[in-house]
Amino acid sequence: MSTTTAAHDHHGHDHHGHPTGIMRWVASTNHKDIGTMYLWFSLFMFMFAGAMAMGIRAELFQPGLQFVEPEQFNRLTTLHGLIMIFGAIMPAFVGFANWMVPLMIGAPDMAFPRLNNMSFWAMIPAALLLIASIFVPGGAVAGGWTMYAPLSIQGGISTDMSILALHILGVSSIVGSINIITTIFNMRAPGMTLMKMPLFVWTWLITAYLLIAAMPVLAGALTMLITDRHFGTSFFDAAGGGDPVLFQHVFWFFGHPEVYIMILPAFGIISTIIPTFARKPLFGYASMVYATAAIAALSFIVWAHHMFTTGMPVAGQLFFMYSTMLISIPTGVKVFNWIATMWRGSMTFETPMLFSVAVVFLFTIGGFSGLVCAILPVDIQVQDTYYVVAHFHYVLFSGAAMSIMGGVYYWLPKWTGHMYDETLGKWHFWLTTIAFNVTFFPMHFTGLAGMPRRIPDYSLQFAEFNMISSLGAFALGLSQLLFIYVVVKCIKGGAKASASPWDGAHGLEWTVPSPAPFHTFETPPTVK
Amino acid sequence: MSQDTKHYYLPGASLLPLTASITLFLLASGLVMHMNHVGPGNYVLIAGFISLAYLLYSWFGEVIKESVSHFYNKQVDKSFRWGMGWFIFSEVMFFFGFFGALFYTRNVSVPWLGDAKLLWPNFVATWPTAGPAATEALKPMAAWGLPAINTLILLVSGATLTYAHWGLMKNNRKQIILGLILTIALGVIFLYLQAHEYAEAEFTIKSGIYGATFYMLTGFHGLHVTMGAIMLAVILFRVLKGHFDSHNHFGFEAVAWYWHFVDVVWLALFIFVYWL
Repeated sequence: MSTTTAAHDHHGHDHHGHPTGIMRWVASTNHKDIGTMYLWFSLFMFMFAGAMAMGIRAELFQPGLQFVEPEQFNRLTTLHGLIMIFGAIMPAFVGFANWMVPLMIGAPDMAFPRLNNMSFWAMIPAALLLIASIFVPGGAVAGGWTMYAPLSIQGGISTDMSILALHILGVSSIVGSINIITTIFNMRAPGMTLMKMPLFVWTWLITAYLLIAAMPVLAGALTMLITDRHFGTSFFDAAGGGDPVLFQHVFWFFGHPEVYIMILPAFGIISTIIPTFARKPLFGYASMVYATAAIAALSFIVWAHHMFTTGMPVAGQLFFMYSTMLISIPTGVKVFNWIATMWRGSMTFETPMLFSVAVVFLFTIGGFSGLVCAILPVDIQVQDTYYVVAHFHYVLFSGAAMSIMGGVYYWLPKWTGHMYDETLGKWHFWLTTIAFNVTFFPMHFTGLAGMPRRIPDYSLQFAEFNMISSLGAFALGLSQLLFIYVVVKCIKGGAKASASPWDGAHGLEWTVPSPAPFHTFETPPTVK
Repeated sequence: MSQDTKHYYLPGASLLPLTASITLFLLASGLVMHMNHVGPGNYVLIAGFISLAYLLYSWFGEVIKESVSHFYNKQVDKSFRWGMGWFIFSEVMFFFGFFGALFYTRNVSVPWLGDAKLLWPNFVATWPTAGPAATEALKPMAAWGLPAINTLILLVSGATLTYAHWGLMKNNRKQIILGLILTIALGVIFLYLQAHEYAEAEFTIKSGIYGATFYMLTGFHGLHVTMGAIMLAVILFRVLKGHFDSHNHFGFEAVAWYWHFVDVVWLALFIFVYWL
């Protein structure tokens, strides 16, 4: 796609020393260090919320109540969702953006390095509030991650803690996305025109716009929740002329773009890895860019498909059904382009490629079940069943989380200077993929048969499938310990990685040594 | 510390972000405790606001210091423009959420409440309304009294700010200072009248959906006018210190953008909250 001529120089002017010890991290203004902090934060939260999922699956291993009280079960599902979305998936992608966007566009750093570090450190108080809310009287939030009114109006102090945590995460995301937009528009190396940018940069640019448009609306919804809870407003109270359904509208106006915030950067990672290991340029680069933009634009006019059963005129239901189905067109463009990229390529299957191919396959399953859910009469049947749980785990785990894992393996050599252990990486891949499908595929069946989500007990005919799901989930959880082991092992040592360890990799990030030096591209490279 | 402006200015290690993080923690946990009447909520909240004031003072102080030391080149200036522009866009989206709530209740959910005869068979859907459970008649705010005067005040303040800007382009110090002082004064008068209106209002934030949307929208707008006026005061202070010239004054422009944005929000408020 783009080649570089001038090697960047390192004699650079060291106008500031590198602080060492804890200050290196706390006071950092370096996009690589901040990216690293984001990734570690995300990994910690991923394991934390994953442990909650283990609790959920342990309870669901058998019918009846075994381990947790129903209230505790609700807390587990709620916090699992909130932390996975806001604490694991989103920060991981921001970590990738921090590390890779300046390297990919030939920029010396992010446009606003101090604000960049603020975006990261703002997440710490939010995480503290969320985790501390487990220990307050009344326990953690239990009304589902969507925090629907009026239930969330009635919650205890932990509801306020979660709302404020989300407010802070919103600030972090908005500041972060302003930073990313400014970096991409203003910091590109000479010759790096918009249509030469790596697709990962494009997907993040569009994601940043989604964030900047959607997060303030969430802030509005959360503010209305707070004032309804404590200051006597009646936004969501019909007695005062408000409407609880209003919360759902405002929430999902944020929530649906949020879904794409968590998948577009994943598309960017996949679109980077597949051409490398197929040793062919990405098929249909321009159409990929346009498809990403189309998905983003459509994401703002489909929100009420989450609310088909909560009351809306038929005309509204039909509009949201058709607009939702429309999304499968640009998404289809992407899937076909990935397949066309692999077509007759000289393919090899290193761990990042294995993850990418699996994502193409499994995300497409999630896309199809999404299309099924979009069909109004079907959705009325599957709303709030395990079919929906299966659907969004196929897009969020085997779409977003597995892309993140693939991306970690792909760029670990650049980050650490070492090759990861390929054998163990492949073990991690196969264990994850198989365990994931064992966990979530049966949920399609239990869901279609009518098993409701967010309930700690179930009727006896679902027992076998739930046992299979739980066994798969335990295997999936344990496999991630292997992931941590492989990552730590790679950081500690391993075969030396050259500047460009992958055969077919293109892009500016592979022109700098591995590990990438503290400062890169202080004098911008020229891109032809 | 000199900086060659061929390179994009990258700040060194800074504890400002951590200060911001601590500030957010104090504000959030203080507010949680305050709202739930547990622990030393008010003290934590006050500590949070002090920390916020310190943070804003030291962060913007740092940026101003770097700016007047000529660390910033054209590219950095452009970054600030992109950053401010999209920050204002995010603010637009914040207000959009509340306006969306207003439009939804006025056009959708209140008419539905009027049609549904189940719970409140006698409720007639009208706007404004304090809801079917309200016990007294709602006395809404009239548009053509103070609100209309306030509209005029904000529109004139936009003009005086542009007058100041023209002065800046011509390096006419007197004109800049006069324009800025007039703008700040108009902003303060606006806030005073708004406070007066709140004091005289015959309904509260608890007066159903009308009271809720009215105070939420005008309240957040008033908060933004307050911030804008403080920002203008900082700019006036910087003008007096001679920080700007006809080429180099993005600080001024950023605040002007913000002020005009607040102006436009008010126009939407006047039309949809007060008038129609």
